[in-house]
Amino acid sequence: MRGVWCSAGNGKQVIFCDGDFLLMIEICIYGRGGQGGVTLAELVAHAAIYEGKHAQSMPSFGPERRGAPVLAFVRVDEKDRIKIRSEILEPDVLIVLDESLLGVGDVVDRLKKDGTAVVNTNKKPEELKIAHKVATVDATSIAREILGVPITNTAMAGALTKATGIVSLNSLEEKMRERFGKLASKNIDTMRKAYDETQVRVQQLSGERGE
Amino acid sequence: MNEGGPRGKGRVVGLEGSHAVSEAVKMANTDVIAAYPITPQTHIVERLAEMVADGELDAEFICVESEHSAMSACIGASAAGARTFTCTSAQGLELMHEVLYVASGMRFPVVMVVMNRALSAPLSIWCDHSDAMAVRDVSWIQMFAENNQEAFDLTVCAFRIAENRNVLFPAMIHMDGFYLSHVIEDLVIPDEKEVRDFIPDYEYPFPLDPERPVSMGCFAPPYIYPEIKKAQEVAFERSKTEVKSVLHEFGEVFGRSYELIESYRMDDASIAMLMMGSISETAMLAVDELRDDGCDVGLLRIRLWRPFPFEELRDAVRDIDTLIVVDRCVSYGMGGPVCAEIKSALYDEPRRPKIVSFIAGIGGRDVTVDHFKQMFMQGIERAKSEKTKTDEFVMFGVRE
Repeated sequence: MRGVWCSAGNGKQVIFCDGDFLLMIEICIYGRGGQGGVTLAELVAHAAIYEGKHAQSMPSFGPERRGAPVLAFVRVDEKDRIKIRSEILEPDVLIVLDESLLGVGDVVDRLKKDGTAVVNTNKKPEELKIAHKVATVDATSIAREILGVPITNTAMAGALTKATGIVSLNSLEEKMRERFGKLASKNIDTMRKAYDETQVRVQQLSGERGE
Repeated sequence: MNEGGPRGKGRVVGLEGSHAVSEAVKMANTDVIAAYPITPQTHIVERLAEMVADGELDAEFICVESEHSAMSACIGASAAGARTFTCTSAQGLELMHEVLYVASGMRFPVVMVVMNRALSAPLSIWCDHSDAMAVRDVSWIQMFAENNQEAFDLTVCAFRIAENRNVLFPAMIHMDGFYLSHVIEDLVIPDEKEVRDFIPDYEYPFPLDPERPVSMGCFAPPYIYPEIKKAQEVAFERSKTEVKSVLHEFGEVFGRSYELIESYRMDDASIAMLMMGSISETAMLAVDELRDDGCDVGLLRIRLWRPFPFEELRDAVRDIDTLIVVDRCVSYGMGGPVCAEIKSALYDEPRRPKIVSFIAGIGGRDVTVDHFKQMFMQGIERAKSEKTKTDEFVMFGVRE
């Protein structure tokens, strides 16, 4: 799977090529305090580093408040050490942990033209008014069912992998085991179930990668 | 750090900046840790407390009620011959302030990491260098880290430098709060044994010992105080040589070597930007883009802030015409503190660059690649303009 930005739909996207990322991938995670967005950013960065890539995770710097909108950032680069340390303004991938945030702020508008939105919702991708490539999964229901709490970060890790292949399920699983200890196995089940249930709608690519 | 070179000896791991420091403190086999938690430094202390509780690190962890007590405890422990570590940020550093002079005046090699943060008021937990600038004159060896790898490496070096018999001064490593403390990135961690081999056991020449009583920190009347202070200044100035040689030896052993003034793409540059801390790596990308456009720009970063590397700075700017200094702090009524020091360091040079001052990124305001490009462009214009006054500084991107 590595080296191809796969999607459940038609297979490939332009960003990965012959086993290399052509460019650094920038991910924004948009959630509410308490949903685990920062932990998700850390898990993805750890998984990418575990795969031998360069990665950086960064919380948006602020006092955490349960329920308030929170941004977290991840950068992954297969070739070069990541130097840039400013916040991600125009991500390649946007993960939305809470559907109610879609109307809050301009986060979706700042997603790159050929970027991917991965949204926690019980809707199908085509039901969302997002012009980008969209992946959806009902992460809240899956998390409630398996974990017993509406903490959706690990479910969304599965959705991210299904939609983009940036990191593999196996590396995420490895890092979850390290991080969560005895809570790991339920979170891994959550991730795998979300992976299976994620639906992806692929947009027609314009050819050039929009900057 | 040598750009594009090998990453040095060790295994690649993903670590948060704070935990990279904790790891270095553990590998250094520190004896006593006394610290009080404060955002954004907290994770260092949390991890160290865990390490001590889990038996990973055989150290005394002293829970103190304030930063003032943390530093006082470190001084006592250091006097007894213990390898000591503490860390803090912003208000915490200010609360220790008076005790910082005691550590250096009594020549105790305490090692401290300062997770740089703005000072109140208004209350800000975010990064800038106002805490660092408030402790310029405390006679501590001070270095700045630009990424988590350097935070690890410089913390290891700090023990070796501070405890050297020819030095015996406390050492402070500055790193940017949140931008490094809470960021996970890939870095190389060497073998613990090699780190221990690199830092020999601490032996204070005159430790507190009930068998051989000594008085420390005595009263110094006017007939002796200036002599003591002169001796302190001479010894502090001389420690620069030791800093340099430890950083180079670290390079030989671990494959990552550091300079007192670091340069990036300075070959045949006529315009340079100078700064300290983590924003420098973002600035490198601006330099790359401007170089692609044919501008002969480069980047300088101050690694060793105290004792100030005058000679190295003069060498670094010898061939340039314009120097743009970016401060992350305001010295009220004066401007950028780093810029002021650079100007004073170059005053006697027969040929010196035109110096332009910016203040950016205070209180955690994000500084992007584009911002650096704008500062380069504006800086070049200001350097050319007859109207630019020598004491002028611009607070970049501030809404007015």
